[in-house]
Amino acid sequence: MLTLLRIELFKISRRPRTYIAFAAIAAIVFIFQFAFKADGENYMNLMLQSVKDTFEFEKVRAINGYFMCYIILNTLLIQVPILVALIAADSISGEANMGTLRLLISKPISRTQLILVKFAAATIFTILLLLWMAITSLVFSLLIFGADDMLIFRSKGDESQILLISRDDVIWRYLAAFAYATVALTVIAALSLFLSIFAENSIGPIIATVCIVIVCTIISNINVPIIDKNVKPFLFTSYLVGWKGFFYIATDSEGIPIKGSIENWPAIRNSLGILLLHIGGLVAASVIVFKKKDILS
Amino acid sequence: MMNMLKIGMFVSYVFIALTGNAQATANVLIKTVSDKIDRVNNYEANGKMKTNVTFLKVPESTVKIYFKKPNKLKIKNEKGISFVPKGAVSINLSNIINGSKYTALDAGADMIANTKVRVIKLLPEDDNADVVLSTVYIDEANQVIRKAKTTTRENGSYQLEMTYGKYIAYGLPDKIIFTFNTKDYKLPKGVTFDFDDGTAVKKTTPDNLKKNQGMAEIIFDSYIINKGVPDTVF
Repeated sequence: MLTLLRIELFKISRRPRTYIAFAAIAAIVFIFQFAFKADGENYMNLMLQSVKDTFEFEKVRAINGYFMCYIILNTLLIQVPILVALIAADSISGEANMGTLRLLISKPISRTQLILVKFAAATIFTILLLLWMAITSLVFSLLIFGADDMLIFRSKGDESQILLISRDDVIWRYLAAFAYATVALTVIAALSLFLSIFAENSIGPIIATVCIVIVCTIISNINVPIIDKNVKPFLFTSYLVGWKGFFYIATDSEGIPIKGSIENWPAIRNSLGILLLHIGGLVAASVIVFKKKDILS
Repeated sequence: MMNMLKIGMFVSYVFIALTGNAQATANVLIKTVSDKIDRVNNYEANGKMKTNVTFLKVPESTVKIYFKKPNKLKIKNEKGISFVPKGAVSINLSNIINGSKYTALDAGADMIANTKVRVIKLLPEDDNADVVLSTVYIDEANQVIRKAKTTTRENGSYQLEMTYGKYIAYGLPDKIIFTFNTKDYKLPKGVTFDFDDGTAVKKTTPDNLKKNQGMAEIIFDSYIINKGVPDTVF
């Protein structure tokens, strides 16, 4: 099994498209960092336009490494599923396209093992992608912008809030957020793997995954009561941004943030549970479908 | 008819004498407090600032407050980021009573936390001044301002409540509660993609604050008075 995993990882590492994902992330992150270094104050002015007459505050200090990483993740984690799909959707369909799938299943390994190994390899790729994101968006941002207290702009129902987290209370939140993001993106990997079983080339499952993510994301962000109640809870995209929950700091009765706290841990835990259920369901479905599949290519 | 005229003249005389006397008393009291405040040319103070605004969730911060005559005041958070209410410059009390020319009117006596205070209304002489009316509550015994309410043309109303301790001789408070007007904070639509965790918005503003009011509380630990403050800090 381990040998099989090594082979799968070797195959992923030999594909040029693997490095497209890493290059794309680096490019997006560096563009963001350059833009904020050059003109971050305008962004702050936009976010604080309705309170700029009431409060004075140091915008330059607010644009620090922690804030930058949050802004980048906020944008990137919507696009990263596409990058995960590039690799994971190629898992089975890529083999079928090259004509190696029949050869592969003729080896003394079960189809279940093959699917699990393909899934494990896609998960490892996802972890590496997130690790790269952490290095570029957090570590590099800290090197470029320095560390300071972290500002979070948040919409909650009809209200908007500004949260301030002390700089010594941030790192663990990022570790937790990246761990959560790993689970969230693994759902995409599992979905891509599942779709790749039905295709003979990888374009179809990649596009299908991207379409599903886009459509579900749009539905997840539409504020229509009937959809909020009956549809959103069943869409995995509603939980992809759950990593933000680690930055929603709890406050005391006077509105003062409580260091080391999370406003709603049960909501994050439930979201994690739902995402894990999606992963389990999609991998199980992949195994079942693949076991019954006639492999002709 | 003649008697009525005499009574009218007498009443007018008494009224003028009394209000004139009241105005003189108010001016004397303001002058006494002003002289006390004027003894401070500059100071550097350490303190803790707590902000209570509905949309703002910020921790208590350790701040340094710098003041230099006539009206330079800066509140700095040395270790992190702070949201400082813009009107907080008015915690420099000389801003209120030495800021511009005004007419002082004695509005009687009142009590603040078991302390008898004299209420004085300051009406600016300049019709175009931003401040429309200031009301100061002066502790006559200690010659310090306990409370000040200011109504402005452009920046709403704000209120200061002071508690004094070991720096009372300089008219410098140990604690200031600054109440000010805020606008509703609204994020531009579609920029955050927030995680809906299902929790309702928690009400955190005290009951005594109105909907669009905020409060900042500064507790001063220490003052360094008249030892000089460089202009670069402002």
